[in-house]
Amino acid sequence: MGRLHMLAAAVAGALLAGPALAGATFDAVKAKGFIQCGVNLGLYGFSAPDDKGNWSGLDVDVCRAVAAAVFGDASKVKFTPLSAQQRLPALQSGEVDLLARNTTWTLTRDTANGLDFTTPDYYDGQGFMVAKKLGVRSAKDLNGATVCVLPGTTTEQNLADYFRANKMSFKPVVIEKNEELNSAFFSGRCDALSSDASQLAGIRAGQAANPDDWMILPELISKEPLSPAVRQGDPQWTDVVRWSQYAMVYAEEKGLTSASVDAALKSPDPDVQRLLGVTAGNGKALGVDEKWAYAIIKQVGSYGESFERNVGKGSRLKLERGLNALYTHGGLMYAMPPR
Amino acid sequence: MSRPLSWAKANLFGSPASSLLTVLTLALLWQVVPPLVDWALIGASWGAGDPERCRAAGGACWTLLTERHRLMLFGVYPYDQHWRPALAVALFIALLAISANRRCWKPWLGGAWALAVMIFAALMWGGVLGLAPVETSQWGGLPLTLVIAVLAIAVAFPFSILLALGRRSGLPAIRAVSVGYIELVRGVPLVSVLFMASVMFPLFLPEGMTIDKVLRALVGMTLFTAAYLAEAVRGGLQAIPRGQFEAADALGLGYWRSMRLIILPQALRLVIPPIVNQFITCFKDTSLVTIVGLYDLLAASKAALNDPAWRPYFVEGYLAAALVYFCFCFFMSRYSQWLERDLRQGNR
Repeated sequence: MGRLHMLAAAVAGALLAGPALAGATFDAVKAKGFIQCGVNLGLYGFSAPDDKGNWSGLDVDVCRAVAAAVFGDASKVKFTPLSAQQRLPALQSGEVDLLARNTTWTLTRDTANGLDFTTPDYYDGQGFMVAKKLGVRSAKDLNGATVCVLPGTTTEQNLADYFRANKMSFKPVVIEKNEELNSAFFSGRCDALSSDASQLAGIRAGQAANPDDWMILPELISKEPLSPAVRQGDPQWTDVVRWSQYAMVYAEEKGLTSASVDAALKSPDPDVQRLLGVTAGNGKALGVDEKWAYAIIKQVGSYGESFERNVGKGSRLKLERGLNALYTHGGLMYAMPPR
Repeated sequence: MSRPLSWAKANLFGSPASSLLTVLTLALLWQVVPPLVDWALIGASWGAGDPERCRAAGGACWTLLTERHRLMLFGVYPYDQHWRPALAVALFIALLAISANRRCWKPWLGGAWALAVMIFAALMWGGVLGLAPVETSQWGGLPLTLVIAVLAIAVAFPFSILLALGRRSGLPAIRAVSVGYIELVRGVPLVSVLFMASVMFPLFLPEGMTIDKVLRALVGMTLFTAAYLAEAVRGGLQAIPRGQFEAADALGLGYWRSMRLIILPQALRLVIPPIVNQFITCFKDTSLVTIVGLYDLLAASKAALNDPAWRPYFVEGYLAAALVYFCFCFFMSRYSQWLERDLRQGNR
């Protein structure tokens, strides 16, 4: 083994030492009394500081829900804003306990990068926005179109793949800065703008002179299941995060909200009784207080409440539930039964 | 012919080319200035309000600054504690103003700086005198930009002098270390230095052990700035005639005393422009710490534009941030010009 190989082995060893030593994330979190949560530097609706510097968003609510489950207090979270490059190393090195930063669940990240994804909190996908007056009703009609897109992301790659797969051609207009890209699109330099559907809605709401003149085409050309992630090596911690998310979805399935959860404590429904800890057992199994789910729903709300507040009707994004509706309404949100 | 007319004839319409240029310039100004005034002043929306107000006004949206200037200036620092970073920034600026005055270049100034840094830390961190503790991850905006720039410059400057002296040292080991360091750091971009400090470095630490992010960025900036400054200082050292070194030796001064009393005062005076250039670069480079996940002034301004309703008014937000950067950089550059003249008086 050459000297270079030994160095490489040493580096690899040091890199792997992190995850291997893990296993006590949950204990460490309980001991320090708060959750260190990695979030986006600023993505409106998912995690962003408001005028007063308070964090809010769909991803932020996951952090708060886990804090409510573990400590009975949703405010016991400290947020670490992370750039896209930083997020995975920050989780691997133990700088954060939980990564809720609009991260797409992919095979590589799940395996080679030493992450465990819990369950998606938002199903996103790349789409197209066009002017209504263009008369295009489907992405299949976009043959020969000029498309505005950000460079160097999977977005650009997905776009090329989609057009090649459908034997269509397109002219990319690649602009580095988000703001310039959007103004270029609205000023008519491109026929279509391609980005994640959640982003497109935000761009339309904020930057279009008249939002009703623009439409988002129904096709999504990529899968972007955004999921919180934890470090591999502590299954109990993974369970706590995952079931905190399920509790929010299950609450919506059962029609519970932060306003109605107190009344629901007297519900005769055995499923609700188990969820809210009226019938004990779940808390002990997870290693948290029996009132864990009650605390989540009371302090953070159900998934539906969180969605509407952050990205839905109650926000400026005004996103439709779409894929993120409950499975009973044609979406993908399906909580495993908490029993 | 009246004087303004003859002046205009001489300066603006002296030759056919000059006349053409004048007319073109006037046409350009006519095209640019009225719309600009219309946008920035007449059609602008002033005062508090929501984005709808800006949309209705159609011009510049200064409402954005009224509504969100605190997020831009202080980032995610707890809202009700904003007086603390405001006070800390005022303290820093006051001390910078005092330090600019040559009459105050006395030993007590060093003490004042040490005290100021301590007060700054106490204000920002809290945890003493009943101030609520605030972690560095919540620091942001102008105080963060200032503390990184000022401390990086303050530490890098003496370090760079040592490096420059080391590079010209007769001792091979010291020379090799200095050259190696300078060339290594100058060979990589600042972004990658910060990236290594923030992303790779923690992976080598034991799990759960983390080094403060601000400190990491500060160390990265300092090491980087020092390498560049060292080359500027070396330029000054090389410009000093051999006779000065020999004269110092003839006086029987040792190495450090001859450097301190004879060589460095002359050398540093010569290289004020490149040194200040590097200071200005360092100040502006602080905007790269956003890659470490810190909200410096620029990143905080971006965060203020996060809300899609405000996003169309990014020009106003970035203009405001640019104005703050400009104020500091312009001050540094004017001050250095004044200092140069002031220090050269003996040479005239």
